[in-house]
Amino acid sequence: MPRYIAEVVVALKEVVNDPQGLVVRDSLHHLGFESVSRVRVGKHIEVELEAVSTAAADAAVREMCEKLLRNPVIEDHRIIVREAAPA
Amino acid sequence: MKFGIAVFPGTWSDRDCAHAVTLAGHEAVMLWHKDTDLRGVDCVILPGGFSYGDHLRSGAVARFAPLMAAVAEFAAAGGLVWGICNGFQILCEAHLLPGALTRNASLQFRCEPAALRVETTRTPFTATCTVGETLSIPVSHGEGRYVADEATLDALEASGRVVFRYTGESPNGSMRDIAGIVNEAGNVLGMMPHPERACEAMLGSADGLRLFMSVATAMATA
Repeated sequence: MPRYIAEVVVALKEVVNDPQGLVVRDSLHHLGFESVSRVRVGKHIEVELEAVSTAAADAAVREMCEKLLRNPVIEDHRIIVREAAPA
Repeated sequence: MKFGIAVFPGTWSDRDCAHAVTLAGHEAVMLWHKDTDLRGVDCVILPGGFSYGDHLRSGAVARFAPLMAAVAEFAAAGGLVWGICNGFQILCEAHLLPGALTRNASLQFRCEPAALRVETTRTPFTATCTVGETLSIPVSHGEGRYVADEATLDALEASGRVVFRYTGESPNGSMRDIAGIVNEAGNVLGMMPHPERACEAMLGSADGLRLFMSVATAMATA
């Protein structure tokens, strides 16, 4: 069966205060990156899995997000699936 | 009365809770996370700590422990469930309570006494308190900032389900200064502060012990 790598980006919803993002933004300002207006800090999760197709891999990872990888109360997520390079 | 105290890998407040239960004159039994038998307890305590290392999110993994399926069933049948600190985080992740606990606004781990205002006595946990009184109970957490959408917060307030609120400086920046809430039926309480650490005057406060005694009193008169 083909192998896929799903990259899942989990971040706090826009409406949820992100104190880590604020600290990073302020630090960037201190370093002279004054053009920075906004920073949000999230998580990057890589999931390697077997599936019959890209769509099937995507569906499986979507379910993983609903059950465990993100908390739908406070977090949004994005999934990018690509075929893994042959070993 | 028999209190069951859940023990997950990484739980550290289990023995303190057992000590508090004993001080209150009741029996404490430990409930292992792999077990599904609640051993006939009257109240389940999900104590503080870092269950499963708090990996991914606090409480996210503990939620799927075999014991939690039994706890959810017990709660649905009206059994008393009391989540303290990490236990509150687990209850939110398990959707037994609304909202979520996020990183403290200060980004610091705060371990200090907190002043809590009792907002309702219509729960077994606060039945012997007085509305508006202040309890001194310590907090000890890095992720205790309660977050929920405005509609949920309004519903909690309107139905009298905010049980404790921080007065004075908030240790974590919780929305509406929320420190503890109950579910709709009133039998599941989640709170960030640690009442089990405030059970002996010698250690700074015995206000926490009152909550343990309140549960037993409420059960006896129910």
